[in-house]
This record gives sequence, C-alpha cells and structure tokens, in this order.
Amino acid sequence: MTRSSKYLKFFAFTYLIFLYAPALLLPIFSFNSSQIIAFPLTGFTFHWFETLLHQSTLHEALRNSLIVAVSSSVLATILGILASRSATRYDFTGKQISLTFILAPLVLPEIIVGVALLIVLMQLGLSLNLWSVVLGHTLLIMPFSILIMNSAFNNLDISLEEASMDLGENQFGTFYRIILPLVFPGIMASLLIGFTLSLDEFIIAFFLTGTDTTLPVYIWAQFRFPKKLPTTMALGTLLLVTSFILLSLSEYFRRRAVNSRSSVL
Amino acid sequence: MNNLVQVQNVSKSFGEVNAVKGVSLEIDQGKFFSLLGPSGCGKTTLLRLIAGFEIPNSGKILIDNKSMDGVEPNLRPTNMVFQNYAIFPHLNVEQNVSYGLRKKNLSKAEKDEMISQVLELVGLTGLNQRSANALSGGQKQRVALARALILKPKVLLLDEPLSALDKKLREQMQLELRHLQRAVGITFILVTHDQEEALTMSDKVAVMFDGEVEQVDSPRKLYERPASQRVASFIGDMNFINEKALETKDGLKVKSKILGDIFIPKNQVSGKLSNNKIIIGIRPEMISIITKNSDSKGLISGKITDISYFGVTTYYKIECGSNAKALSVSAQNSFGQMDYKIGETVKLKMDVNSLVGFLD
Repeated sequence: MTRSSKYLKFFAFTYLIFLYAPALLLPIFSFNSSQIIAFPLTGFTFHWFETLLHQSTLHEALRNSLIVAVSSSVLATILGILASRSATRYDFTGKQISLTFILAPLVLPEIIVGVALLIVLMQLGLSLNLWSVVLGHTLLIMPFSILIMNSAFNNLDISLEEASMDLGENQFGTFYRIILPLVFPGIMASLLIGFTLSLDEFIIAFFLTGTDTTLPVYIWAQFRFPKKLPTTMALGTLLLVTSFILLSLSEYFRRRAVNSRSSVL
Repeated sequence: MNNLVQVQNVSKSFGEVNAVKGVSLEIDQGKFFSLLGPSGCGKTTLLRLIAGFEIPNSGKILIDNKSMDGVEPNLRPTNMVFQNYAIFPHLNVEQNVSYGLRKKNLSKAEKDEMISQVLELVGLTGLNQRSANALSGGQKQRVALARALILKPKVLLLDEPLSALDKKLREQMQLELRHLQRAVGITFILVTHDQEEALTMSDKVAVMFDGEVEQVDSPRKLYERPASQRVASFIGDMNFINEKALETKDGLKVKSKILGDIFIPKNQVSGKLSNNKIIIGIRPEMISIITKNSDSKGLISGKITDISYFGVTTYYKIECGSNAKALSVSAQNSFGQMDYKIGETVKLKMDVNSLVGFLD
C-alpha cells in the first residue's frame, strides 16, 4: 500500500465517523435508562419507546406529517413527471430558464423561502394550515422529482414510443402502456425521496404550519422539557430508521430505472 | 399491378437541411422495394414520411389511392421494423407480438391462433413467454417482424433491419426476409446502405443521393445500365475512362487510346453530348486476361501493378498506357489457373457490349 492511499483511507474513515457518529448517539441514548443525556450509560430500557405510545399530541403530529408527506410527494411527482416529459421530449423557448427556476429551491436558503411564502400567503389573506405546508413542501421537493424523472425519461428510447404509435396505439395508450411502466421505477424513487424529505423538513413547516404541527415541529417544541428528552431521542431513532429504509428503497428504484436502459438498446 | 404507394413530389427539410428534395416514386403492390443510398441521403427520412413519423413540407403521399395527409402513424396501413428493433423491454415475446391486437375486436382464442401462426412464420415457436431482455439480436429482429406482420399491414417498412447483425446472420436473414415477403405477399419497403443487400433482396431499387432519387430500376438494370457515374460507383466497382466521342445516328463513336475504336449504342449512354466529352464505364469482371497469345487483334496490353486475392475472385490493377489510370480487373479463380506476377505484361479483352457511356 502506498503512503498516499493510506492517508486517503484515513481521511475517508474520519469523514464517515464525523458524519454518522452523532446520529448513532440517538439510538444509544434512546435505550438508556437515565433521564440525563450523558455517558456513562446507566442501563437498558424500552421505557422511552413505550411513552411514545401514550402521547396523543405526538400521534396527531405524526398523522399531520403523514398527510403532508404523502400529499406533497404525490403532488411534486405528478408535476415532476409533466415538467420532465416536456423538458426531455420537446423544444420550446424558455425551456432552460424555466427549468433553472424550478430547480432553484435546491440552493435557496430554506429560511428565506419559508419567510417569503409566509408573506405571500398572508398577503393573499389565506389561513395557515396543513395545506400551506403541503404547498411549501411541494416547492421544495419539485427539484428532486424533476432530476429523478429527467433521468428516467432520458433513458426512454423514442423509437419505443414510435413503435407503439406505429402498432396502432394513440398518444394516450402509448403513455399508459409503454411510457408509464418504463418510468415506473423513477416514479417510485421520486415518491420515496419526496416523502422522506417532507417527513423531516422543519423550517418551512415551522413557518407555514398553523395550529396543526408536523412531527419535526413537535420535536422542536419538546426540547423545552428536559424530562422528555429521552422520549424525543426514541422518536428520533424511529425517524432515522424510517428515513434510512425509505432512502434505500428509493435508491433501489432509481438504479432499476437506470438499468432498464441497457436492456432497451 | 397497381401502384400501392405513391410518393408525389415530396420534400422535407429539418431547419437548414433539405433531407428529401422533391422525390416522386411509385411502388407496386406485393413487391420488395428498396431505398438504397449512402448515409445522409434522405432514405430513412423518406421511410419515416411514409410511416407518418415526419410530415412533408410539400408534396403528397398516397397509400392504396388514399391521401395520407394528416393521417397519424397509428391510423396508417403501414407497420415498421425499426433499426434498433424497439422491442418493448418490459413485455415478453407474446405481449410484444400481440401489442397491436388490443384495439382489434378479437376473442382470446383468435388472438392465440394469430400469435402462434406469426411466431411460426418467423421461426420463434415456443418462445412466447421469453422476456425481451433475454433475446439475441436475431431473435429481437424476428419479434419486431412478427409484431408488425400480425397486423397484416398493406406496407411493411424496414429501416436498416439487418445492419446490427453479424455477417453470417445477416446473409441468412436476407434470404429469410425475401422468402417471407413472397410468402405473405405484403409490399416491403427496405431502407439500406448496403448495395449487396439491396440487389439480392429487391424486385426494384431506388438509388438516392443528397435527398434525390437518381435511378429506380431492377437490380440487374441498376448494375448493368447505371444511369449515372454516382450510381455506377455506388453499386459495385466500375472503371471510368475519359474519352472524346462523336455522335452518329444511333450511338456514339469513340476513338480510344486504351480501348481502340469502339461504338456505344444510344441505349447504353446516359446524358446529352456536349463538347464531345464522354466517360466510358466498364465493370472489372467484364475485362478478362487472355492467356493464349494466339490472336492479339483487338486486345489491349497492360502491366500488372497490384494483385489482391479474395478467394472467389482475384483483383488486378493493370496499367494500360503510361499516363492512364490503372484499370481494375477481376477474374474468377479456378483451380490450376495461370499465376500472374506484379510487373508482368498481359493482354486484356473487353466485353464491349457491357460498356456504358456517361455524358455531362
């Protein structure tokens, strides 16, 4: 082994530790019997997970988060399909610039977007509720949806569509029988990523939520009560595991979408 | 024999590029017709215009005497075999083949019958459930054919369907396609850049250059009486000799340094005579090397400058006269024939009946 590759390995290893070690503290303390979040550990318990079952405000926040996550990921994916389809198949003036604007939330500070949306909604005289959060999250997820759907549509060989038309199908039949099944893995990936992003999004939800809080906003509120910290840790652990599973699934679908290309050609 | 497909003065341009320039063609019912030309000559565009994937800028296309103006591809009596086959990757063989049957009002039993018939026709019996990704190139080709033929189109369009196959399989598929066409009696229009493919498979070939049709003829006519120098050199090899000619009542008289005094009848000459210039064309296999030195009358002598051996034939480059371009001569190889050496002087005999003349 050369000296430089040894250093590189060391660097990569340290990097991963810094990235993930803090997240690993979450599950460790959620199983710790002490109320105080500090080493040394005092004992193993499921108690904090049990307390999760008895908090009705938490259950409501979870329900709200699920509504928001499902609605915004579905909405963003539908819009993403439409935008990507037009971007990959048709040429029109202003295509590049409108794509850039749709992708902008990727780099815009969320707090700015949150405040801006709040001002707009207030000016329009709309009340804040879960649907305003859905709109905000859709805006946030759209860039991810578009990027995923773009690669799915780019992998689609145009002669497949022509072949379908040639064999007697109209535009709609072709979309339903050929295009949709072939971009399906991309759609799944987009839904899962959108769901995950929305589920743990805090800033926009914080600004746009009315009386119905979402899960991250609820967690933030819990930090005022030091006694409840271990329970929050337990909740955090569950969210971490859920996000990990969802992201792995979405990566699986995304790769399947890419693989389907090699079989086409 | 009626004209099933009529292309009337059709033009198509993409931006600045004029892909097809005022092409007119008439394609007979039940024939194997080929569009032949180098890449970029507009042959694929013409095919896609017939299929309805492109809309002409001007001109008309009629199929079975019906104008195809404004008729979508899915409503045309044509089906296409794509260059990359375009097999639907998420469907198996049977689902691919029966794709176009959905809109037809058929019972399950009728469909199954049609599917098994067409699979037998293309030699894929028993592969109904095979997934599209597990097919070889040749099998994909057959699925693409079956998928189109099951709909019994009036015209089957084939866009370079054999170019992705290796040489052996390609030659086999050429024969199979030809047999298939005769068996089903459907009009085939094939696009190809391979002159050999066009000659062996077609009843008629249209040769295209730069968006225009240069000649439409039977393969034999194309080879023996090419209408222009371009056609002649695209289809096979030909020697071109620049000479001066004199017009007579029924042909042209040429006093050639290489060929001697010759006469070319009118029907072997294309173009109009101006300023006496003529280009004489002769195929390499129409020149033979005479071994016996018995009668040297009418023979030309030349020096061998190059020899290439091709198995069935041998190609010679032979220089006749000091400043003339070397002639290509091809000779059928036979067992125990004379072995010539580079630098050797030989006598040549030309088949004068095969000469063609091109005027400006």
